[in-house]
Amino acid sequence: MDSKTAAPALTAKDFKSDLKPVWCPGCGDFTVLSSITKALAELGLRPEEVAVVSGIGCSSRLPAYLNTYGFHGVHGRALPTAAGLKLSRPELTVLAAGGDGDGYSIGGNHFLHAARRNADFTYVVMDNRVYGMTKGQPSPTTEPDWDSALTPGGTGLSPFRPLVIALASGANFVARAFSGDPNGTAEIIAEAIKHPGFSFIEVMSPCVTFRDEQRQWKTQVRPSPVPATSDRSQAARRLMTDDGFNIGILFKGDRTPYQPPLRARMTAADLEAEFAL
Amino acid sequence: MTAGSMLLDAAAHAGFYGLMGRTSGPQIRGGEAAALLRLSPVPVEAPDDHFDILLAIDWLNVQRFAAELPLTPDSLIITDPDAGEVPAAIAAYGARIVELPMKELAKKIPGGRANMIALGAVAELVGLPVSAFTETLGKALKKKRQDALEASIAAVNAGAEAAKALQATARLGVPQGDLPPRWAITGNSAAGYGAIRGGVRFVAAYPITPATEMLEWMAPALQKVGGALVQAEDELASINMAIGASFGGTPSLTATSGPGLALMIEAIGLAVASETPVVVVDVMRGGPSTGIPTKTEQSDLNIALYGLHGDAPHLVLAPTSVADCLFTTQWAVHLAEAVQCPAIVLSDQSMAQTRAVIDRPADLAFVARRETVSALAAEETYKRYALTGTGVSPMAIPGTPGCQYTADGLEHSETGSPSSQASDHLAQLDKRLHKLTDYQYGDHWAVVEGEGDVAVLTWGSTTGAVREALALAQADGLKARLVAPRLLYPAQPEKMAEALDGVKRILVVEQSHLGQFHKYLRAEYDLPTRDVTLFNRPGPLPMRPGEIRQRLLSWR
Ligand SMILES: Cc1ncc(C[n+]2csc(CCOP(=O)(O)OP(=O)(O)O)c2C)c(N)n1
Ligand code: SF4
Repeated sequence: MDSKTAAPALTAKDFKSDLKPVWCPGCGDFTVLSSITKALAELGLRPEEVAVVSGIGCSSRLPAYLNTYGFHGVHGRALPTAAGLKLSRPELTVLAAGGDGDGYSIGGNHFLHAARRNADFTYVVMDNRVYGMTKGQPSPTTEPDWDSALTPGGTGLSPFRPLVIALASGANFVARAFSGDPNGTAEIIAEAIKHPGFSFIEVMSPCVTFRDEQRQWKTQVRPSPVPATSDRSQAARRLMTDDGFNIGILFKGDRTPYQPPLRARMTAADLEAEFAL
Repeated sequence: MTAGSMLLDAAAHAGFYGLMGRTSGPQIRGGEAAALLRLSPVPVEAPDDHFDILLAIDWLNVQRFAAELPLTPDSLIITDPDAGEVPAAIAAYGARIVELPMKELAKKIPGGRANMIALGAVAELVGLPVSAFTETLGKALKKKRQDALEASIAAVNAGAEAAKALQATARLGVPQGDLPPRWAITGNSAAGYGAIRGGVRFVAAYPITPATEMLEWMAPALQKVGGALVQAEDELASINMAIGASFGGTPSLTATSGPGLALMIEAIGLAVASETPVVVVDVMRGGPSTGIPTKTEQSDLNIALYGLHGDAPHLVLAPTSVADCLFTTQWAVHLAEAVQCPAIVLSDQSMAQTRAVIDRPADLAFVARRETVSALAAEETYKRYALTGTGVSPMAIPGTPGCQYTADGLEHSETGSPSSQASDHLAQLDKRLHKLTDYQYGDHWAVVEGEGDVAVLTWGSTTGAVREALALAQADGLKARLVAPRLLYPAQPEKMAEALDGVKRILVVEQSHLGQFHKYLRAEYDLPTRDVTLFNRPGPLPMRPGEIRQRLLSWR
């Protein structure tokens, strides 16, 4: 009997664990969590077929709040951990999740190479333009004049542009979502999971504690006026005039995902022949 | 294939044993390089005290590693008249110098090469039949034309003929009759093969000397057995990929050298805390920092044992020879999987890049057998980090229904939910320690040989030299024991006490400037406080049997 067809359809709630999130009330990450559970349910997946991998940060706490398999690793290394899992277990649905500090700063090199490698999994970044967990330091996406105790008067550095970098590095699916729109975010996440290869979603997810002004994002965001393109250079041109508030799928590519075949042609004992005299 | 490898192969086909290491100057490609061979009718595991023959087709800047080419006045230096003066640092050994016009002889044979002349000359001098080369050359030249093979054989013959005029040095003797099945293998390949035999099917790694050849051997081998090797963007990615794959249920490994191990340390701690098995092979080279990438040293012991932050007990193992690279790595995979913990395997450049003729290693029962959970009774909650009697908790592999959990590097309760409570911390620390210390490692924990009230304690690749030194000392009437732990962590104090029962004096032999092994022994074991002597030196010069023997005999 095929257990998949026999099992009853699951709802978003079935993908939540019993653990109470540590997040501050009003944190954008709550709705990202809901969007993920909604997407997984809509895709008809079973919790045991899904694994969500993260690094360290407020946002990286997410896997434990899901009823899927999860791996809460070290700061910045969600992407290689997820890649190792997906490449060795291609039949699993794998997601990586985390913050802007985790993904663009300490894990920045992995971001480039995950996009370039194009293994078939989805990366959800909850970008709040701040280090929440360590209580309010600037991240690579923070505005240059944002004042903090660690960087009095601001960093003076121009922000990292995640979509540009993802696109240039070879990501096969690039989108921006807003946590204030859980249904729209769920749809984008579902599309990302379905799309082959490395799918990247930058989710604007306010930190109400250290960046209270981000509550205004809900008045600033707008659905992207144009549909997704499959032309990488057209997507790049759109990003040149992008003000950071266009929400939707920007790019859907057709690169073949990286996946070693994992097909045995001989046994370990057969390898001995090359050493025998 | 280099001339050195051909000589080793030919000797092997003629029934001899031997090993070949390499040394070179600092160039990336080309420049001075030497193949360091030792041939013998019986198995050998370490370089000898000196070389009997030094044959130079060119000298270039060989003086840069003259110290690695010890000669005696009884040794023979064969030099091509075209190669210029014998460098002073080499001539200073006082060995007999003879000229052999290898390049000129080669020119007389259409397609002949000077290194084939050299091979023939050495074969003649040590008493290796020229016929031994036919098969080796045939193999090496298989893609080339028949006339290339004929030219090579003619050159080998010409070299042998020319060497007849030279006075013989040490001869090889006769091979043993009735040889067991034998292999020719490097430590790097042996470690890679051991890993695959142990069940490793996923490797992620970043190239680094001298570990690269292990990875280059594993990449096609894994493809054949249904696994994969992924070249990662750096060592941080390598170790975390391996951990991710292991979380998925696939026995996984990464290999590196000191600089890469340093980068991996944080994630090895994650593997400890999340109880994810993973094997890290560190092929040690001269350190600190970039150090001497191409040359050997035993100086990563401290970082392997004590480099992790927090109280993070984990397995540390070290093979004791080229052949043992297979055993120890395979065992490490088995142990890591059995106790769900990272294992660091400390190989080193000298064994990793030495090609040795060995007796075929025994088939081992050690394979990955992870305790997993397949189904739960209804209403039962899965506890990933359950406090069990052994400390090992059955692991749910993603895909298993009803057992979903989040593996965590944060301290956690039995279910895996993050916890900063003192009681959970203590319980999980205890569990992670006891699953290691309570495990029955059996007799493989160390090489323990010999008897007497003197013991030599060593580890890793210096074990072969010590074993040979003890055999030499025994001929002088001194009986001594050899104890070389293969399992460095967790320490085995009871087994060590048994191995050292009745011992009055201890010589500790190691290749580390700080004497890291000696300090480790002092910290982890109950050694007699007096009468422990340290004989150490940094790499790259090997510890040689003769000098170890001298140390022992000076005690009488
Ligand atoms: C190696 C290492 N360095 C530093 C830290 C401290 N640290 C924890 S979370 C964090 C930043 C998290 O920021 P982000 O990824 O943006 O996540 P957020 O908390 O904002 O969701 C830092 C620096 C750490 N855990 N590990
Ligand atoms: S500090 Fe900011 S990011 Fe962290 S939980 Fe609170 S609101 Fe969310």
